[in-house]
Formats: sequence, structure tokens, C-alpha cells
Amino acid sequence: MAETTPVIKRRRGRGFDVRQQTGFTTIAMLCFVMLYAPILTLVVYSFNAGTSVAIWAGFSWRWYESALANTQVQDASIRSLTIASFAAVLSTIVATMAALATTRTRNFPGLTFIYAFINQPLMVPEIVTGVALLIFFASIKVATGYTGLGYLLIAHTAFCIPFAYLPIRARLENMDLSLERAAADLYATPFQTFRRVTLPLLWPGILAGGMLAFVISLDDVVITELVKSGGQDTLPTYMLGQLRRVVTPEMNAISSVFLAISIVMVTIFFLLNRKKT
Amino acid sequence: MSAAVAVEAKDVSKIFGAGPGEVRALDNVSVTIRQNEFFTLLGPSGCGKTTLLRLIAGFEMPTEGSILLEGEEVAHLPPFKRHVNTVFQSYALFPHMTVAQNIAFGLEMLGKPKAEVQSTVNAMLKLVRMEELNGRRTSQISGGQQQRVALARALAPRPKVLLLDEPLSALDLKLRKEMQIELKRMQLETGITFIFVTHDQEEALTMSDRIAVMSKGKILQIGSPTDIYEHPTVRFVADFIGETNFIEAEVMQRIATDGQIKLPSGVVISHPLSENVGVGAKVTLAVRPERIDLVRPGTEAHLGGTVQNIVYFGTDTTFHVALDGSGQEVTVRVQNRRGHQEVLKVGDAVGLRIAPEAMQILKD
Amino acid sequence: MADAKPAPNFAARAAAAADRRDTRGRWLLSAPALLILLFAAIGPLIIVVIYSFLKKGGYGGVEWEFSTDAWTSVVFQKDIFTDEITIADAHLLIFWRSVKLSFLTTVMALAFGFPTAYFIATRNEKSRDLWLFLITIPFWTNLLIRTFAVMEVIRNEGIVNSILLGLGLVDAPVQIMFTDFAVMMGLLYVYLPLMVLPLYASMERIDFRLVEAGYDLYATRWHVLRRVIFPLVKPGVIAGSILVFIPSLGAYVTPRVLGGGRNLMLGNLIEMQFGQGRNWPLGAALSITLMAIVMVALLFYVKNASKTGARHG
Repeated sequence: MAETTPVIKRRRGRGFDVRQQTGFTTIAMLCFVMLYAPILTLVVYSFNAGTSVAIWAGFSWRWYESALANTQVQDASIRSLTIASFAAVLSTIVATMAALATTRTRNFPGLTFIYAFINQPLMVPEIVTGVALLIFFASIKVATGYTGLGYLLIAHTAFCIPFAYLPIRARLENMDLSLERAAADLYATPFQTFRRVTLPLLWPGILAGGMLAFVISLDDVVITELVKSGGQDTLPTYMLGQLRRVVTPEMNAISSVFLAISIVMVTIFFLLNRKKT
Repeated sequence: MSAAVAVEAKDVSKIFGAGPGEVRALDNVSVTIRQNEFFTLLGPSGCGKTTLLRLIAGFEMPTEGSILLEGEEVAHLPPFKRHVNTVFQSYALFPHMTVAQNIAFGLEMLGKPKAEVQSTVNAMLKLVRMEELNGRRTSQISGGQQQRVALARALAPRPKVLLLDEPLSALDLKLRKEMQIELKRMQLETGITFIFVTHDQEEALTMSDRIAVMSKGKILQIGSPTDIYEHPTVRFVADFIGETNFIEAEVMQRIATDGQIKLPSGVVISHPLSENVGVGAKVTLAVRPERIDLVRPGTEAHLGGTVQNIVYFGTDTTFHVALDGSGQEVTVRVQNRRGHQEVLKVGDAVGLRIAPEAMQILKD
Repeated sequence: MADAKPAPNFAARAAAAADRRDTRGRWLLSAPALLILLFAAIGPLIIVVIYSFLKKGGYGGVEWEFSTDAWTSVVFQKDIFTDEITIADAHLLIFWRSVKLSFLTTVMALAFGFPTAYFIATRNEKSRDLWLFLITIPFWTNLLIRTFAVMEVIRNEGIVNSILLGLGLVDAPVQIMFTDFAVMMGLLYVYLPLMVLPLYASMERIDFRLVEAGYDLYATRWHVLRRVIFPLVKPGVIAGSILVFIPSLGAYVTPRVLGGGRNLMLGNLIEMQFGQGRNWPLGAALSITLMAIVMVALLFYVKNASKTGARHG
């Protein structure tokens, strides 16, 4: 039974594969394991019934329940979502406008300048931006006495702009100009052309940019940590504070939910970007 | 011409994929290529000619069968252990190296001393007439020059066999004609065996010592250009190379190797027959258009018909003649000589006369 | 007046006016984004420069008085009692650790990322997207969470030590947390995707006929890798290295969580000046120093990118 001979006996294997490099597949597999093992462990232990993050004591939802009941977590989550939504919407709107202004055009005076200006947050280390905002906002606080959420909202909007801008710009650059010319030829005013042709075609890019901005804002630790006033913890800064203490699987539970949100967002982003124009 | 063997493929099959989607790119192919030969693999795209070349180069391994290089089994060897070099269809010149660095690459990999590498590179640049361009990047030279560099690079390590995968297909017509002559010159100068893959029958006929015509993973006929052109043995070869008229006929009688064959017109001619053709068998005769003479209808004509169409080509004129009875169209090409005024018009009745040696009996 | 000018000139002027209008329109359309960035990203950077030349205030903040003290104390320190000026060992140590760890992280990321990117680039088109997606997911998940995940694995009560203890390989937990090694592991883990993605982008475009040509010309696998593949993907190698090196250098979260109080990097040193250190001018000066290093790295990248671009173009 074990001696099943193949129907056609072939003399040689796959032969010399020019794409193969010795050991590369092994290292790649190791890499993927390395990337995912810690994340998976983290998720698994979020379901631990015990209080340890290393000793498995059975399955339980208890840490999710306790995280849900934790008012600090509730507050921080609501704040995170508020900031991320605001920053995503505003940064996407201004980024869309900027993208429309800077693509499919002759090299007008200042184009390079605008481009560099918009991408600047990508080139400056977060800690430096954070410190700069801390100093700047401190003097405004002194001058105006205002200590509300506005500082975080505007800071997040600013560093989200390049992330929203890039996918929209990419989409615009792949768009066929002749479609808009055709619309104009068919008696559409510039505004009608934008509403009826440009915007619908650009929509996947805008959505992708908005989602990227949302995720980036949601993930931010450094700038928020430096800019926030007392009692303005977002979920990541709350977690950063908690890491100094004894860690319970409640942290794992919060992280897992966070992870799930990120993965859903990235998946949608991926699918949006994959659809070719 | 009984030179030693350079490359031998024995019962080689190559199957890509598996299961219902598998593709048999080569089907039990055997061929022997002699040393110093300019050997051409000719066929339409997808016939397996490039696969056979890649098997010899070592980029693929045969599913079955063996490949011998100067009598030595190499089917299992990776390409860098085979003393054959390839001129790629796309040239595949390294963009990050200069012309000279490209040519030196193979020699360096073989661990040749610096001085030797240098002198060989110079000799190669001279051979392909590119001395002045040695320091250029490969992206800064024209397509024809890239072609020459690719040739020099492949010839530099003095391979036992040079494989050329449709190297001229990217060049324009004038350059292609020039390179055909160049290639032949280089082959004679270096004495290296060339295996040349092309789908261009004219290219094959002008350059090759011998040609293997391939179709659907099989070699149909191997022979010299004249052999292939004058005496095609199967219908595909006759059809693929040049223009051919196919005329159905019937064997009436045979005495030893001599047969009496009845043409559609009822005229019976005698023609040598191969072993396996018996009396009563239907055969196909292949006749080149330029081997048919137009004569007055009558006794000396083998076939009769009506002129359907006359096309003037400058050097010659082509007549399309519908045969009496069957209506089959036969193409006749007549050279235009000075003072030779054609008096034929469309609708005229003509006779066709074919020399016996111009008729080729096909197998299928 | 109008009839004195020939028609082509008029057309040219009209075109120029249209161009000016178009330019103005495009600037207006970009204005909101530029204003927000000016207010909450670029403008404040200028204030940092100003602050670095001021005197530090008693309880954080500054006194508006010109001083180069902050810049001096980036590298030197003044003894409180004797006023003797010595090299600031603590700062230099942190500079050195930052550069060393960032460099090691970059090298390790290249060592792991290169084969991984090559592996993905040589898959067939369908599975390629999936592998790429698997690299992208960690890239977009929260950096803090990923650092936390590493911490869970390597800390004394973590998985690695539990396994080692369980197997009886060690008697006491191996101290991995709060070491330079832990910080480097964390940085590698967090920034590895930044190496893989640009490498993949350049490997995807490799013309494998060039690889075949290499093998045809007697190059072994190693030679093909070194002489053909590596030069072809060099722009990707440089881009990936810069993308890993720069954020590693300015890392804050990872060294804070995995390095503890002792294994600080530049980012932590800067943050400290605004917290317990209360030396804002020094923090500002350190920030500018960090930015200067980053700019040098970026310039190096741009110079290299344009060079290879010119070479292939």
C-alpha cells in the first residue's frame, strides 16, 4: 500500500532554478515567524483566565470585560477615536485639495516647494516634531490659557496630511486626463466635471488616504505624549503609562482589539489600492 | 563533413506544469549537431525551439532524455558548469557595467588572470568592431551595438557552443541583413559551433549549414538549406518555408522504386517513390511556384487551367491559375526578363508544366 | 495701442496670464494644507532653533536671554563646583549607543530583509500579494503594541524564559529586558518591514534574464548574488537602510519600554530635558543635532539615488 509508484516516472526534479538563492527561503520563513510569533502570543494570552501573561490558565473573556469596564480605558478610547476621526477627515480634505493642485500640471513656480512642505513630517523624527510642538503650544497655553483638546487635534491633523496625500496623489497620477476633457467637451462646467467625473474616479484614493490617516493618528504615541495636557491620555499613551506597572492580560486584551481594528483597516486599504483604475 | 559531434540531444522531452494543464514543449526530440557547424532551429513560436536551446544552455532540465556536450552528459549540470554561452533575445546586458565590463564578466567568473581578461576583451571588441565604445554604459549605445556587445560577451570565454536565441529579431531590416553576414563571418573566424534559433525562414536559409524545422515540440526535418527548400519531406516544412503548391495525386503503379503517378488532370508521370507508398495510395505533391512553367494548353502540359489573377512584382510576375476540374488554385511565378512581354490575360486558358525533379512527394 | 502689437505677442501674453492664474489657483488650493503644516509642524521647528540659543528657566521653559550654554552642554559639561569643563560622557555614551544600535539594527534588518524581499519577489504573482500583505500588516499596527509584544516574549516571566526554564536549560531567567540587545531586537522587530518594502520594490523589477546571463557566463549563485542581483537592487538597499536607520536613531518608545531607565537613546535623552531634566534649551539643541544627522543621511540617500538614476537612465 505504501508502494504507490508514480504513473509517469520522471528522471529529474525541478532542475536548476535561476531564481533560487541558497538559504533565502529559510531566512524568509524565519522572518515571518519572527514577525508574527510575538503578535500571536500577545493575542493568545489576552484570553488567559489567569493573571499572568506567561502561564496559561484556561480560556476566558475576563480581561476583555475588565478592559471594557475600566473607565480610564473608556475615556482614552473615546479620545483616541475622536482625535483620529477629526484628524483623518480634516487632513484628507486638505490633502485632496493639495493633491489636485500638485498633480497633472506643468512645473509651476513653487510646485517643488509645496511638495517638500507637505512631505516634511515624513522626514523629521517624531520626537523632534513632538518637542517642537511642546515648546510652541506651551507658549500659546501661557498666552491664551486654553488647554483643551485643540492642540492634539491640530497636531494630529498636521502629521496625517502626508499620509493622506500620497495615496490620493498616486491615484490622481494614474487617472486619465482625457476623461475630464471629454466631460468638458460634453458641456460640463469645471465644477460639474469635478463633481461628476473627477471625484467619483478619485474616491478610492481619498478613502484609502483617509483610512491611512486614521490609522496613523490612532497609532501615534510620541507626539501625543509630548503634546497632551494632563488628563488627555489617548489609548496608546495610557498603555505606555501602564507598561511601567505590573502588566496584566488586560493590556493584551486592549492590544488585541487595537490590532483587530488595524488589520481590518489595512485590509480595506489594500483592497482599495489593488483595484486598478 | 563528418566532423566530431558538438551537441547531442537524445530522446529529449520537456513537460511544463503537471496534471491536465501540462504542456509538452518537447516531445521525444533527438538531434546531433556537429562541431564548427552553423545549426539553426527553425519553427513558429511555441514549437519548442527556444526550450531546446534553454535545455542545452542549462536553464531548464529535460523531463526525459539526455543532453550530451562533446559526448559528455550535461543534463544535470547547472548553466555555470557548462561550456556553452548564450546570446539572449533581449541581449540581457548588465546595465550596471560598461561594455568592457560586460565582456570581461564571464572570463572573470572563470578566474582568468587580469592580463588575459584584458587582452581577450580587446580582441573581442575588435572582432565585433566596437573598440571605441569599451568604456560606455550599455544603456548609452544603440540596439545594433548592444547586439554586438552581447555577441562579444558570449564569445569571450571561447565556449564550445554558442547559443543564439532570436538575436536579430529586435533589429530593423537593414541592420538585420548586415548582422546576418557579420554572424556568419564571426562563426567562420572563431570556428565555434553556433546554434541559432529563429522563426524567420529567410534568416535560416541564408546563414545555416543545416536547419532543423520544428513544430509542436517535434523536429520534422533536418537538412541543408537546399535540402529543406528543394526536398521537403512533410507538408508542414514545405508550407512553412517558402511558398508551395500542394497537388493531390494517386499512385497507379510501381516498379521497384519507380512509380506511375496520376495527376488531377489525368496525365500520368513517373516519379521515384519511397518504400511505404503502395499502389492506389493518395499522395501530395509539393511544387514551388517558380518551378512551374506556363505553356500552351495541350499535350506537353501536365496540368491545365484558367488564369484567375496576375500580380506584377517587379523582378517577377505571379499568376494564380485555377485548375480545370477541381478549381484548385495554383500559384506560378515567372521571372520578368527584358523583352519578355507577357501576352497572357485573366481568363486565358494555360497549361502548366513541371519538371519531374521539381515535384516532391510528401509523407502525410 | 492694441493694434500696434502683433497677434502672436498678444497670444503669448494671454497664455502667460493664464499660467499666472493657474499658478495662483493651485497655490490657493494647497493653502489649507500648507497653513496647517506651517502652524503645527514646520513653524514650531523654527522655534526650536530659537530656544536652543536661550537660557534655561528654573522650572522648565526658558528665559529670553541669548546663550550658547545649551549647545556647549550637548558635548561638554561644566562642573558645578569647580567650573571645570569636561566632555559630557553621559551624552556621548547615549549618542554612541544611538548610532551603534541604529547601525546594528540596519545591518540586521538588511540581513533578514534582503532574503525575505527576494523570496517575495520570486513568488508567482498571486501569492506575492499575500506575502506582501503579511509584511504590511505589522507595518501598520501600533508600534507600542508591537514593542509590548516583544517585551512579552523576552521579559523574565516571558515566553522565552518560561521555555528555557521549563526545559531546564537555565536555572534562573536570562535577563534580556533592559539591555542594549533587547533594544536592538525591538528596533529590528519594529522597523524590519521598512527594510523589506523598498527592497521588494526594486527586486520586483529585476530582469531575471540578466540573472540567467550571469549563470550562463559561469557565475555561481554567490557570484550572481554579489555581481548581478545586488548591484541591480542597490537603490532599494540604500532606501531600506535609510528608512530603518533614521527612525531607529530617533526612537523613543522602543528604548523606553525595552531599555528601561538605563539604556537610553537620543530620543529619550531629548524627552528627558522636557520632563525631569527641565532643560528646554538643551532639549532643543539635542533635537536639532538629531535632525542634522537625519538630514545628512537623507542627503546621502538623495545623492546616491540620483547617481544610480542617472546611470540607468
